[in-house]
Amino acid sequence: MSAGDLQNTIAAIWRIESPKLIAALSRMLRDVGRAEDLAQDAFVVALSEWPDRGIPRNPGAWLMTAAKRRAIDQIRRDETLNRKAQRFARELSGDALEADVASTYEEIDDDMLRLMFVACHPAVSKEGHVALTLKLAGGLTTAEIARAFLVSETTIAQRIVRAKRTLAEARVPFEVPAGAERVQRLASILETLYLIFNEGYAATAGDDVLRPELVEDALRLGRMLAALIPNESEVHGLVALMEIQASRMRARVGQTGEAILLLDQDRGKWNRMLIARGLDALARAESLGDALGPYTLQAAIAACHARAPTAEQTDWERIAALYDALAQLAPTPVVELNRAVAVGMAVGPQAGLDIVERLLDEPALGTYYLLPSVRADLLLKVGRASEARAEFERAASLARNTRDRTFLLTRAAACTMSSTKA
Amino acid sequence: MRFAVLVKASKDSEAGVLPTTEQLDEMGRFNEQLAKDGVLLAGEGLQPTSKGARLRFDGGRTTVTDGPFTETKELVAGFWIVQGKSKEEIVERFMQAPFDGGHVIEIRQIFEVEDFGDNATPEIRERAERTWKKAK
Repeated sequence: MSAGDLQNTIAAIWRIESPKLIAALSRMLRDVGRAEDLAQDAFVVALSEWPDRGIPRNPGAWLMTAAKRRAIDQIRRDETLNRKAQRFARELSGDALEADVASTYEEIDDDMLRLMFVACHPAVSKEGHVALTLKLAGGLTTAEIARAFLVSETTIAQRIVRAKRTLAEARVPFEVPAGAERVQRLASILETLYLIFNEGYAATAGDDVLRPELVEDALRLGRMLAALIPNESEVHGLVALMEIQASRMRARVGQTGEAILLLDQDRGKWNRMLIARGLDALARAESLGDALGPYTLQAAIAACHARAPTAEQTDWERIAALYDALAQLAPTPVVELNRAVAVGMAVGPQAGLDIVERLLDEPALGTYYLLPSVRADLLLKVGRASEARAEFERAASLARNTRDRTFLLTRAAACTMSSTKA
Repeated sequence: MRFAVLVKASKDSEAGVLPTTEQLDEMGRFNEQLAKDGVLLAGEGLQPTSKGARLRFDGGRTTVTDGPFTETKELVAGFWIVQGKSKEEIVERFMQAPFDGGHVIEIRQIFEVEDFGDNATPEIRERAERTWKKAK
């Protein structure tokens, strides 16, 4: 194996094994920050030993043993935890070591789940949730996270250090909370995963519309969570939403990198495997929930598009009804704006425009480029082309991404043409 | 990136010998881990080639041959579709697959539509779209 291959292999092993290592060590040490440091230490040992001795047959078990030994050393040094160290030392002696690795197979699921809950603790900022989730549960390196979010490695490293310090200072227990807190914290995990997904799917910064690696990471973490807590309807709902949206990833960008709207996309480029997986996840979500939650409703809307063989055959009545239900649960201006689009298609552009007009004074949408963009589209459809042009231009000035801006300016120019024709 | 992991046939798989409870259990655990890691997209085991057929296309003539086929090591007995960031990642994951006795598995990266570049003309893409409509 060449040095480069070995490096790729070790990077892959880190990605696969580090979340499990950190999870198990967190339970031993009751400290996510120290657990991560120890996992890194174990990898440093691996990096020095494996090139000569070769990669062990079960690298995960090797790393787990190496890291646990170090954890025990640390605990021993820590007087207050001395008794605990004796127990772990007994578990780790001789034959017990093998048994210990095997027993962690079941325990590790609980530890992984705890890790995801701790990473999204309310004491930590949302940026911190994203960074910690990708680092601890996703197995990404600081450099990979930095690259994905187009910020410096130092920024991400600082964010992670700060988040870990906050967790330690707040003495956040390494556990899955119960009752109302569990509901709240789970919502925070789902929000974090969807944030990661959207950063990859609809990049808010930089010139690339898509960052497929982040989309895949969010999907991977979502499926992981669904496997760990299979009875939560909204987890499946979020997975369904992400799978169906990701299925359109290759159709969303044209040959010169421009964004292509859902209805103009080449449906032959939609990934059928992801659609099928998304529809399965949606069915699971629907079978578990008494009343559908916001992610499941959004997935149901995405499924309407996925099921339509052509854009013309889209079931807009059902989509408008689903947005109606979503607006009752989450009455946000953005949902209302989407409802306007659906109503515009189901009933007619004027009906959609009526809803949009009511949103114009909404402070939350003041700098949101999609408001003028949607309004422009509806204005154009009711024949008010010069107003439409002005709105497209305003939308372009608000767009945060070069591709979107170019696209909106093209649409503005097209309005001029249609108004001259008229 | 997506990868197909192909399981090559063996004398047993071709003879239709079913896996033992223990083997099923081990494979179940392995698959469960892939699912828990969020990377398993699909996977199936294939029946022996004695239940299959081959079509050979040559100058407008198509010959159909029923199985079984003899070159056991070249045959496929099952597959996984998994998500991963690199070939090395898939290699590492499948190092833990419960195989033995000379079993061979093969890792192949899956083409995405854009990998075909300009060879997939708009007409070809359009036809693919029609095909999917009919398949629904």
